[in-house]
Amino acid sequence: MRELSLNILDIAQNSITANASLITIEISENTVEHTLLIGIYDNGKGMSEEQVKSVIDPFFTTRTTRKVGMGIPLFKMAAEQTGGSLEIESELGVGTQIRAIFKTDSVDFTPLGDVASTIQMLITMNTDRDFVYKHKVDEKEFVCDTRELKAILGDVPLDTYEVSQWILEFIKENTEVLYK
Amino acid sequence: MKTLAELMAIKEATVQKMTVREDTGDDAIRVVVGMATCGIAAGARPVLNAFVDEVAKRNLKGVTVSQTGCIGMCQYEPIVEVIQPGKDKVTYVKMTADKVAKVVNDHIVNGNPVVEYTVK
Repeated sequence: MRELSLNILDIAQNSITANASLITIEISENTVEHTLLIGIYDNGKGMSEEQVKSVIDPFFTTRTTRKVGMGIPLFKMAAEQTGGSLEIESELGVGTQIRAIFKTDSVDFTPLGDVASTIQMLITMNTDRDFVYKHKVDEKEFVCDTRELKAILGDVPLDTYEVSQWILEFIKENTEVLYK
Repeated sequence: MKTLAELMAIKEATVQKMTVREDTGDDAIRVVVGMATCGIAAGARPVLNAFVDEVAKRNLKGVTVSQTGCIGMCQYEPIVEVIQPGKDKVTYVKMTADKVAKVVNDHIVNGNPVVEYTVK
């Protein structure tokens, strides 16, 4: 993947497949310690210990579970090649939490890329789910919660074109401010 | 800077315009973009965005743009299927955002599939 935002889009699809109704995406960057945390947390159907092991290993998974494949291994590789790590916590019937730590000063660090576009797409293509996007850079934080947006919009759907464009700009502008 | 107050204004404006929501039932044209790991890695995100933009720009009714998982030909990603009731499904391969306008214009609006973008 050319940007980590694409990995986020990909991993979040697993949460949707797992029937999660609430998906939280957390990005937290520490510019002093040069670390970046990407977390994807859901309340989907969860995985057994055996399944958790299998999603990490691409060769073990391909033939056993069709729903999982290269997504997690690619994300794990992106983290580990910077000197970071990836961990998965999951419980059947409760949900799954995936956390990847990146060292941003590594030459092998893949840029975050267009996160706003990823979040916009997740929100507008899955209007029946809720998303919380938390982006933190040192002490500054931006949070976008679709439950809050839905409360304002009432009957107007999140995938209305004007709304969708607003969401993209809202996320883009508020995220850029974090880095200023 | 975009604020939630602005979203409220958009809502008000949209409610004014919104009559009964279009019935995109049986005769709707569906544009389906493969968004599994293979599709995303090959560049499906800008392709999907381009379809949403083009359909909105032309104000096309009865056209839905959605996503699906792996279609099964990962080497040809990004793959887009255009499904129209009563007609054969058309599968576009190695799509890019630049090709989208032509597919929307020739195929979705005028009913002529863009053969050169399909599987050979």
